[in-house]
Amino acid sequence: MCETCGCSATQTSGKDAETVDVLGRLLDANDRTAAHNRDHFDSHGVVAFNLMSSPGAGKTALLEATIDALKADFRMGVIEGDLETDSDARRIRARGVPAVQITTGGACHLDARMVHDALHDLALSQLDIVFIENVGNLVCPASFDLGQHRNVVLLSATEGDDKPAKYPVMFRAADLVLLSKMDLAPVLDDFEPLRAEKAVRELANAAPVIPLSARKGFNLGPWEAWLRDEVARIRATQSATHEAREALHEHHHHHHQPAVA
Amino acid sequence: MHELAICQALISQVETIARQRSGQVRHVRVGIGPLSGVEPRLLEDAYPLACAGTCAEGSQLAIEAMNIRVRCRSCGAESEAAPNRLLCGACGDWHTDLLSGDELILLQVKLETQDDLVEAPNV
Repeated sequence: MCETCGCSATQTSGKDAETVDVLGRLLDANDRTAAHNRDHFDSHGVVAFNLMSSPGAGKTALLEATIDALKADFRMGVIEGDLETDSDARRIRARGVPAVQITTGGACHLDARMVHDALHDLALSQLDIVFIENVGNLVCPASFDLGQHRNVVLLSATEGDDKPAKYPVMFRAADLVLLSKMDLAPVLDDFEPLRAEKAVRELANAAPVIPLSARKGFNLGPWEAWLRDEVARIRATQSATHEAREALHEHHHHHHQPAVA
Repeated sequence: MHELAICQALISQVETIARQRSGQVRHVRVGIGPLSGVEPRLLEDAYPLACAGTCAEGSQLAIEAMNIRVRCRSCGAESEAAPNRLLCGACGDWHTDLLSGDELILLQVKLETQDDLVEAPNV
């Protein structure tokens, strides 16, 4: 047995050569840290959303509008991933919400370790939702699990409706696709929401596709409703798991009680 | 490019295996699916850089390309598919499940073990 990854590795020894067959995921270390992050969120009853898009698709503007709309109902926190600068984090903090900036210094994606470090600066016990704003990039972030519960991918009207077909790995991972900057659609002749949706379906992805505009406050209702539904759904799983663990713990505890005469 | 980060993760797994068996790494074989998000050519380019100064330095990387296969939820047929058209090859429905094509896995490491270790009496 392979002691590295717990897989069913076999080995065949030659005289001076050894072939080790393994079947381990290359990102095993990242995935384990991501699972650890998810446990961390779950134990605090926090729901985490990973926001991904190309640079300038409007992730921060969406968060600003979302914070304003949901501030009364949820305690939110934001992890901001950027190559440089903390301007996005400052925009979020100006809305009265805690934000931790991760400056990747050139790295094109966030990984689970970076998010784990950022979590130390976020008081999870005082939060209901954490938004992770990934580095603007439709390629690299798709390969790295961060420990989020859901992936939200933004596609802005100015990018064109063919992007899901061009970036299948990213759009296949989406649990929700938001067509952003739809206020600009009338002046663009190459963006048709139905074509974007069709391209998502051709990736065998049933994720809802919602057109909206954060800046103009257009159609934010369905996005907010989706968020509320997902938070409720994930919370139900978290509390069920929590109760199961408690029950297990009690049973265990009971088992070890000294026998009373 | 995230291929370098992925290469570094690969090398750290390979190093662990090599350390356990006190061997010098000669060949590393990985399986990459088109839906893994990793470009095989870029992985090849990044590999020597990630290997530098490790026990895998000078080793060869072999990449096994995996095919995309889907199973239709409507008609049950299994077929090959393109990365951006994961439709059923039989009935054309988009309600399919991916059977393979998103792999990013280490398959095999070939090591050259040190002579003194090989010649040591078997326990």
